[in-house]
Amino acid sequence: MATQRTRGLIRVSPVGKKQFTKDHEWVVIHNNIGTVGITDYAQKALGDVVFVELPEVGTVIEKAEAIGAVESVKAASDIYAPVSGKITDSNTNLSDNPGLINKSPEDEAWLCKIDLSTPEELDELMDADAYEAYCAKG
Amino acid sequence: MSVRIFASRATKVGRTLLFKRGYVSATTDQPLKKTCLYDFHVKNGGKMVPFAGYLMPVQYANTGVLASHLHTRENSSLFDVSHMLQTRLTGKDRIAFLEKVIVADVQNLPSGKSTLSVFTNENGGIIDDTVICKHDDHIYIVSNAACAEKDLAHMRTELDKFKKSGGDAELDVITDHGLLALQGPKSAEVLQNILNQDLSDFKFMNGRFIKIKGIECHVARSGYTGEDGFEIAVPAPEAAHLSEILLSNPVVQLAGLGARDSLRLEAGLCLYGHDLDDTTTPVEAGLTWTIGKRRREEGGFIGAEKILPQIKDGVARRRVGLVVEGAPARENAEMLSESGETIGKITSGGPSPSLKKNIAMGYVKSGYHEQGTNLQVKVRNRLQKASVVKMPFVPARYHK
Repeated sequence: MATQRTRGLIRVSPVGKKQFTKDHEWVVIHNNIGTVGITDYAQKALGDVVFVELPEVGTVIEKAEAIGAVESVKAASDIYAPVSGKITDSNTNLSDNPGLINKSPEDEAWLCKIDLSTPEELDELMDADAYEAYCAKG
Repeated sequence: MSVRIFASRATKVGRTLLFKRGYVSATTDQPLKKTCLYDFHVKNGGKMVPFAGYLMPVQYANTGVLASHLHTRENSSLFDVSHMLQTRLTGKDRIAFLEKVIVADVQNLPSGKSTLSVFTNENGGIIDDTVICKHDDHIYIVSNAACAEKDLAHMRTELDKFKKSGGDAELDVITDHGLLALQGPKSAEVLQNILNQDLSDFKFMNGRFIKIKGIECHVARSGYTGEDGFEIAVPAPEAAHLSEILLSNPVVQLAGLGARDSLRLEAGLCLYGHDLDDTTTPVEAGLTWTIGKRRREEGGFIGAEKILPQIKDGVARRRVGLVVEGAPARENAEMLSESGETIGKITSGGPSPSLKKNIAMGYVKSGYHEQGTNLQVKVRNRLQKASVVKMPFVPARYHK
């Protein structure tokens, strides 16, 4: 990706630019901390979210590992880690207000923050245009 | 993110959100059928998904499952259930034939009355559940779309035997009528407003032929939501027109399969292929009440030799209702005793929109089935507390 640069051994993703997984999670990086959520496309497919299970702070996780779940009346959805690292924060607001995921999936309803252990994994994710094309194809 | 719809199978949302249910797979290699209301659903924003071999609306644009569910409990919802199998049984020995294949006391069922029953196999297992309505000159039978092929094959095999031994009965599949379910506490006033006859003496689990705005319909006061309501068999070419008439009342909204499933779960009603199957007997399923006194004494239905002793001697497992703490427990979640012994699994479960807690039903080893028994369920490899509660979870409000 043209906008990515390498600083020493640590690759830095464009600040504030969302990247996406094929499983419909998004991640945005600030200072090696990735904020993770599910996409607007995903919340629409799920319907009204009534329960959210978040990872515990301090947990070390691998990319693609199930780190939580989002549930609507009709479905349960696992959330997979888009990158490896350590959970530094989780959005406990969602426990009392899971419906926030439907209202603000890509902003207020972030799920957790991950301190990246393997930043080069970011190279495997899609940018906004690629993700949009991926959803359109679906 | 991967989505488990009704928790029966994991699927990704990358493609169209599919309602994958255990029994759908058997029909996925065949082209999907459409009910007489397909175009009507699409026109009204129905989100169409494959279900039991049909393309059916799971919900409608701008109305989530949650809102649709709650609307049904407060007002009135219109569901297309035309995919269900409707048959008509005639002939002078029709009662004797039907009593061979189902467990109900059809003989003593008054004309104009309906009842829930089950088709049983030689092992006492349930082939399908059904609602039958007895009329003076025929019996009207509604069973599950997902079981249509096997129900028909079974009934026809048994009918051949019955006729060979001299019985007089004929079975016709009703293909020229759609089926609408109008459900919810305001359904009676909605229907009453467009009729010339009084509905107050039309009680739950009765069926009548009624002309609605000039359309000849069979109307059964019944449903699958725990609410008062009507299931209306309407000539297929009139189905969309009648739907529009019903929807012209502002208290009526269209509802899809999503709300239908959460409503029936709250009502403690079984979904075939999940809570009932060919290996489950009516006694295990808590449906012993469907076997009339006369039938218990006389038997005479397929599998009676297996089923009747179970009524007396008990069964090894029973269907129970559960309230689950923490995350919703869905189909196939393991159930354990407080001491950690595996005692069964969940067959249906999820969040209850009306109660705002997680409810489920499943089968437990006998002894763990009493109300108030504390159990554990395993969700994503974590144990959560659950307790056995009485069903229905939400009290039924039938017009009795």
